[in-house]
Amino acid sequence: MSSDKDTFVADTTRVQTETRDSRITGQDNRFNSKLREAFGSSPFILTKFDKFMNWVRGSSMFMLQFGIACCSIEMMHTYAVKHDLDRFGAGVPRASPRQADVIIVPGTIVSKFAPRMKRVYDQMPEPKFVVGMGSCTISGGPFQEGYNVIKGAEEVIPVDIHIPGCPPRPEALVYGIAKLQERIANGESSPVVVKPYELEQFGDLPRDEVVDKLSEEINEDDLVMRYNWADSP
Amino acid sequence: MSLEDPEKEQQGALEGRSREDELADLLGERALSRDDHKNAPAFVIRPDEVQDVLFDLRDQAGYDFLSCVTAQEYEDRYESIYHLKRYDNPMDEVSVVVPTSKQNPVSQTAEPVYKTADWHEREAYDLVGIDYEGHPDLRRILLPETWQGHPLSLDYDQDRPQIVTLREHANPLEEDQRASGTGANAHSNTVESGAVDDAADSDTMYLNIGPHHPATHGVLHLKTILDGEQVVDVEPDIGYLHRCEEQMAQQGTYRYQIIPYSDRWDYTANMPNEWAVARAIEDLADLEVPEYAQVLRTMATEFGRMLGHFLAVGTFALDVYGDFTAIFMYAIRDREKVQNILEDLTGQRMMFYYFRLGGVVWDLPEPREEWFEKVRDFLDELPSALEEYHDLISQNEILQLRTVGKGMLPKETAKQYGATGPVARASGIDMDLRRDDPYGYYDELDWDVAVEDGCDNYSRLLVRLREVEESAKIIRQCIDLLEDWPEEERTIQSNVPRTIRPDDDTETYKAVEAAKGEMGVYIRSDGTDTPARFKIRAGCFNNLHTLAPMSNGEYIPDLVAALGSLDIVLGSVDR
Ligand code: SF4
Repeated sequence: MSSDKDTFVADTTRVQTETRDSRITGQDNRFNSKLREAFGSSPFILTKFDKFMNWVRGSSMFMLQFGIACCSIEMMHTYAVKHDLDRFGAGVPRASPRQADVIIVPGTIVSKFAPRMKRVYDQMPEPKFVVGMGSCTISGGPFQEGYNVIKGAEEVIPVDIHIPGCPPRPEALVYGIAKLQERIANGESSPVVVKPYELEQFGDLPRDEVVDKLSEEINEDDLVMRYNWADSP
Repeated sequence: MSLEDPEKEQQGALEGRSREDELADLLGERALSRDDHKNAPAFVIRPDEVQDVLFDLRDQAGYDFLSCVTAQEYEDRYESIYHLKRYDNPMDEVSVVVPTSKQNPVSQTAEPVYKTADWHEREAYDLVGIDYEGHPDLRRILLPETWQGHPLSLDYDQDRPQIVTLREHANPLEEDQRASGTGANAHSNTVESGAVDDAADSDTMYLNIGPHHPATHGVLHLKTILDGEQVVDVEPDIGYLHRCEEQMAQQGTYRYQIIPYSDRWDYTANMPNEWAVARAIEDLADLEVPEYAQVLRTMATEFGRMLGHFLAVGTFALDVYGDFTAIFMYAIRDREKVQNILEDLTGQRMMFYYFRLGGVVWDLPEPREEWFEKVRDFLDELPSALEEYHDLISQNEILQLRTVGKGMLPKETAKQYGATGPVARASGIDMDLRRDDPYGYYDELDWDVAVEDGCDNYSRLLVRLREVEESAKIIRQCIDLLEDWPEEERTIQSNVPRTIRPDDDTETYKAVEAAKGEMGVYIRSDGTDTPARFKIRAGCFNNLHTLAPMSNGEYIPDLVAALGSLDIVLGSVDR
């Protein structure tokens, strides 16, 4: 054992000196990162904790794996080879909303799906951010006049970034994500306000003709979403 | 159409006429009158004789394929049209028209004759409001169950508020969700009778898959009942992407406003859909398509088919092997190549809108040689790429263990459920509309229909991979033709009027072979420049219906693999 030890004894002082010297003289750049240069010799960075957290959030985003319609095909292309969204620190799709902090809404939202989407959104932990991909999430897009189509994701959940296009090109999505990162780093996000379509208990709806008709079928405490098509944009 | 040589057309018409008389004899008194549909003879029958007539047509005249059920409301009546075909000769068509009164729109169900009518009639009930008597389970299929009114009926008020519930789906851990308890009874009426008995006396569990779930390829909800780990029954719950495509098409003008929507039906392989619309409208309004444009169409469509099949193979591997694996990346890589080529051709990566009525929108991009070279490079590399797929997927022992003999769909079941496309061809049904109901330039080219008779998940994969090869063959021939085409004869569009107004009350149903199966379009005109009724028959819708017979008795992972092997696109299922 002891002989073993001996063979591994190294002149530690010499090694360390070499490294330190090379760093100080600038022969070996590996140790002088841009950051260190910017902050001088002090190994400490002073920043506001909030600011730091925002920077961290923006630089490592976990996306929710969430496909709805045609736009999700372009979204897949953005995640995969060639466009590779991961380069920008935003390419790990998570299958569960509980692990995700960004949701890309890639497609048309229809009446049957909106309550589900709201539920998925609610399940994501704070802070969370929403990217609306495609015209459909802006206004209903080509299907704006459809009897069953929600006129944009904003009707249901707050959206931070809208990416126009039908579908937006992967480049556009990458640009949108980059913009989102910028916003997050600046500590901005869309305010959470009451949306036109919210989940509420059936019993709380103001009584009208439709409510009366459905009162047999739906329990008082079932969650419902009431669409008021006449007033939607 | 324009390309079929006149002699054949003549012959077809003759045969058609005698066939029509034969059918008239078969139906006898039951045929109240004849209707003139452009595509096929049509017989009007009484609403209480539907099964009787359809049984005869199926068993005695050989119409084993219910392609589509179109429901519509007129000013004075409701009407359901059953579009029948034969698997061995899809050109032999007949339509059965069932009018019902306005006050009491009840008509006998066709479900005992063709299983596929189950879903079609539910859709007709949901959107138009016809009641099918004797239907085992007449509920809404696309719209939420609490919806008020039938949106494609004439007096539907779109501004009326609607309420949609977010009910807790059954919680599998709760005692009362055992099928023997009370909670599950709520949905046990949806379970096929045999399964209920099984479920009642064993320890079953109810499992929701979706509507937001990575394995469902979009927004599909599978209500699954398990016995241990085996699937006892599965019921797809669709409509989470019902975007009112038919309403949109009925609002759009024939000339420019319908084809762009068709790109959004089956959005992984868009190009073939455009042809479905173009074919139907061209038939309706008697438009010619120049030969050169037909070659361009054929070539572009085959690229479109490749897009669909690459994605299907990639996601299938994803379903079987797990998260973003190499194969998925390879598939996307090859899709990118095809998208690049098509972007050069059409100007778009995805929503091409390359077809125009009477032709296509652009000629090949200049300089042509450069583009040809690009395509040839792609085609030259394709065999080695396909070899890679075979090495990684079809030759792989693990995948074979997972897929061979799993998800069986016997030939007769496939026919009953109206399966088409690769799903049908993997069950040994040798039907491909490109060959059997030729359109475009297909019958001039040399290619084969890929058929397998394994009936399992593995065969469906093989069919797709072989079809990619065949598509490449077709494209290569088209490229050669285009290259030598004399410059002065390169007409890309025939002379088509700016506004198209087909004659009042003309009806047609035309289908093409899309990547997922038969994509059919029914149009009825009313003399204006927009269709009075536009019905879409999507292969995915019927193929998804086969999921239950395919996966009963399988394990959950095999259910997921079976779903992947069906290659559904929800935009096309829900429309
Ligand atoms: S914006 Fe266009 S491409 Fe995107 S989901 Fe809507 S229709 Fe499809």
